[in-house]
Amino acid sequence: MTRAFVDLHLRVNPKDQQATQRLISKASKFGYSQISIPFTLKLNEEELTQLKAACTEAGLDFVSRADFHPRSEDDLTHFLRKFRRRFEVICIICDNKEVARQAAKDRRVDLLNFPSLDYRKRFFDRAEAELASCNLAALEVDVKPLLILEGPPRVRLLTSLRREVAIAREFRVPIVVSSGVSEERLMRLPRDMASIAFLFGLDEAQALDATSTNPAAIVARNREKLSSRFVAPGISVVKEGKPS
Amino acid sequence: MKRVKRRYLALQLECDGVPAEREFIDAVWAAITKLYGEVGASLTGLALINFDVERKVAVLRVSLASLGMVRASLASITCVAGREASVYVLGVSGTLKALYAQAQ
Repeated sequence: MTRAFVDLHLRVNPKDQQATQRLISKASKFGYSQISIPFTLKLNEEELTQLKAACTEAGLDFVSRADFHPRSEDDLTHFLRKFRRRFEVICIICDNKEVARQAAKDRRVDLLNFPSLDYRKRFFDRAEAELASCNLAALEVDVKPLLILEGPPRVRLLTSLRREVAIAREFRVPIVVSSGVSEERLMRLPRDMASIAFLFGLDEAQALDATSTNPAAIVARNREKLSSRFVAPGISVVKEGKPS
Repeated sequence: MKRVKRRYLALQLECDGVPAEREFIDAVWAAITKLYGEVGASLTGLALINFDVERKVAVLRVSLASLGMVRASLASITCVAGREASVYVLGVSGTLKALYAQAQ
């Protein structure tokens, strides 16, 4: 069975239609089946519809995703209350420990992302992994910093990633490898992206899962939850009866 | 002594202009050395078999044990001869014959 590859993090500005179109065409050419371009707080329904149409035309499935950078726990819960049902994937960029712990605790969070440049702000430790594991949150790793950084910053990032990936595997936290790129030239073939994961300790099968089955499972789960037929996990409306 | 198992990689280079064969292989060596150091690079058994300048397709030979290292290094290439570039792996095979058959 062939794998369906997913890139959940193409960081292009949806307002720049030409760049967006170029990225979508390239993703299609590279053999991705699902892509996502993150939105921030200002959701524009028109842009979302345009993106979905462009992706469908290119033979891609567009996944709506929101990235949020909360400053406090309250900020995070307020955001989740407001936006959870409007997006298929929610990613929280954890800038402080308080937010990281709350995000890992909250079942409404799908992806945990940490700043790549400041290794002191990477809070994915054993406690975080345990919380994330209980609440089905996944650890997202962006490939872009590994492509653009050089020397000591890249060494530090690889050290952090290797430690985090080992912890994630120990606690069975799913790992999602995304590109995180905003330029066409930094996009990579899915298998090349998976081979970069080799640098931080994922073997071939795990790296391929991180670019295919793990993100696809998150999208499928959330689509099921967002559908009108969903009642509770494992329970959905199959058929509606006529009122007597 | 145990025979060294090898793999052949077909690569597509994407960049503006046409780099020379020397410039391309230098970029590959630089990427491997940057990621794994000189000792790591010496373990790869890397050799350039063919470089089609027109199609910008190259064929490399590496040892099977270092295939993961080389693939990761190739994916990390962002410039060749001072120009923005990227390298994609089109195929991997145990023999040149099979690799060319795959490519066709």
